[in-house]
Amino acid sequence: MPIFNPEIECASRDYLHALQSARLIKMVKNAYENVPFYKAKFDEIGLKPEDIHSIDDITKLPFTVKTDLRDNYPFGLFAVPKGELVRIHASSGTTGKPTVVGYTQHDIDVWAEGAARALSAAGGTNNDTVHVSYGYGLFTGGLGLHYGAEKLGATALPASTGNTNRQIQMLQDFKSDIICCTPSYAMFIGETIRDMGIDPKTLPVRAGIFGAEPWTEEMRKQIEELLAIKAYDIYGLSEIAGPGVSYDCECQNGMHVCEDYFYPEVIDPDTLEPLPDGQYGELVFTCIGKEALPLVRYRTRDICALTREKCACGRTTVKMSKPRGRSDDMLIIRGVNVFPSQVEHVLLSLNMAPNYLIIVDRKNNLDLMEVQVEMTPDMFSDTVKGMEAEEKRIEAALQSTLNIHAKVRLMAPGTLPRSEGKAKRVIDNRKL
Amino acid sequence: MIIKQLSIFVENKRGRLAEITKAIAAAGVDIRALSIADTTDFGILRLIVNKPDEAATALKEKGITVSVTNVIAVGFDDKPGAFSVPMQILADNGIDVEYMYAFITRRSEKAYVILRVADNDAAAKVLTDNGVEILSEAEFHEMMC
Ligand SMILES: [Zn+2]
Repeated sequence: MPIFNPEIECASRDYLHALQSARLIKMVKNAYENVPFYKAKFDEIGLKPEDIHSIDDITKLPFTVKTDLRDNYPFGLFAVPKGELVRIHASSGTTGKPTVVGYTQHDIDVWAEGAARALSAAGGTNNDTVHVSYGYGLFTGGLGLHYGAEKLGATALPASTGNTNRQIQMLQDFKSDIICCTPSYAMFIGETIRDMGIDPKTLPVRAGIFGAEPWTEEMRKQIEELLAIKAYDIYGLSEIAGPGVSYDCECQNGMHVCEDYFYPEVIDPDTLEPLPDGQYGELVFTCIGKEALPLVRYRTRDICALTREKCACGRTTVKMSKPRGRSDDMLIIRGVNVFPSQVEHVLLSLNMAPNYLIIVDRKNNLDLMEVQVEMTPDMFSDTVKGMEAEEKRIEAALQSTLNIHAKVRLMAPGTLPRSEGKAKRVIDNRKL
Repeated sequence: MIIKQLSIFVENKRGRLAEITKAIAAAGVDIRALSIADTTDFGILRLIVNKPDEAATALKEKGITVSVTNVIAVGFDDKPGAFSVPMQILADNGIDVEYMYAFITRRSEKAYVILRVADNDAAAKVLTDNGVEILSEAEFHEMMC
């Protein structure tokens, strides 16, 4: 398998250490001098940029969380003047405000480099056509893989999402070699191909790069069978860059991190202390190679483990496991971020008790969300019609806040876990 | 004219109906008529009992969601076509029936139905004006003994 940037991807640990150290020092200076938020945060703990001598000093730095991005909405954490920005992306937020990310030309190049490495690790070359069925827009999926394909010298096909029959027609006619989309859409395309009676082996596509939502090894096997391809995982989040922060190699047992740009740590989410390799904890990234949004120790909330063991593919970069959950209780349902606290806010706004239970299932590859809530005594009606009207009213309020449909089930008062303490609020039956 | 009905929320949970009926029995209350409306999510148990207020208190003490709903009891001859008469009267007067259920008595050649409409007084008036029998609460309970 080709390696896009062997100088970095197969570099010695010493070389990487030196590179990361130099980049961290530069990045911290940039953050301190150009982002008032970071200057205040550093000053608060008496930390000066000069105190950072190598990448090993990273643990001296304060953490950044998603709320910091929202509190400084939209451009408060940007370290460059407007003239240097070339792109804005945004992801859906929890309280209506999206998370906004700015890119300089250098940042776009860094991101494209990550996506190109991912495509190369999936066997992609300049002779390939890359069919990108991620959404194009503020979401980073479409443009991320698109620029990666071009960086690789391959031919990008910006198919975007929707119109599955046309997608399949293009796969046949344009002889695409690699397909990129969410794993659930890959399943859907695969099932549609099967239902149309097309033998997947007759399609030239030989590899797929799938990400932007959690998926399992079982799904990987199913997709590989349905599409007769090899399925590769890709990781990224818009705050850090987009897809291409880390990616599967042919070994498919962990994703190599572009650690020359995105320095990963795994911490204990409760004590915030770094954890040794192999232990599961919260993944934290520092954007040591980016200009516009130099995030310092950004807590991703994804739970995973790192390994620096030698990989059979020849790459030396650290690998991260597939995320196995979230350190907060954020749920990703049909690609939308859902926080249980949003449900609580909706219930309180309706003068209801903040006692609820969220149950998530996946049926026919579609996520289904049910919210059990305790009715108030005056919501109880002796008619089914009356009760269903109450459910509909709560469903409408949830929909307007969550941006997805959740089925509401009314429960008797006092039957759900109380809000005090560590009540179990989420049952996720998707087994991801 | 108006009869008190207990409306009880029943979660889809095994043993819930047993729990509710035991609480009623423990309060020394007799059930005279019942129906249950069920959906995939929950049920609504509707009961006519001899002591509705006592039963409601006993149920509330057990943490069971209950409300008292006003309904009317309609009597008509137990013969083909008789039931359509009160139904037609209500329809002609624009009164919608939310739900209804029949109950049996130990006497009489008449049939009886509990009716839940939006406006009980209006329904009772048009029915009596048209010669349909409406039972008072006293008459109802007397008949059940
Ligand atoms: Zn590898």
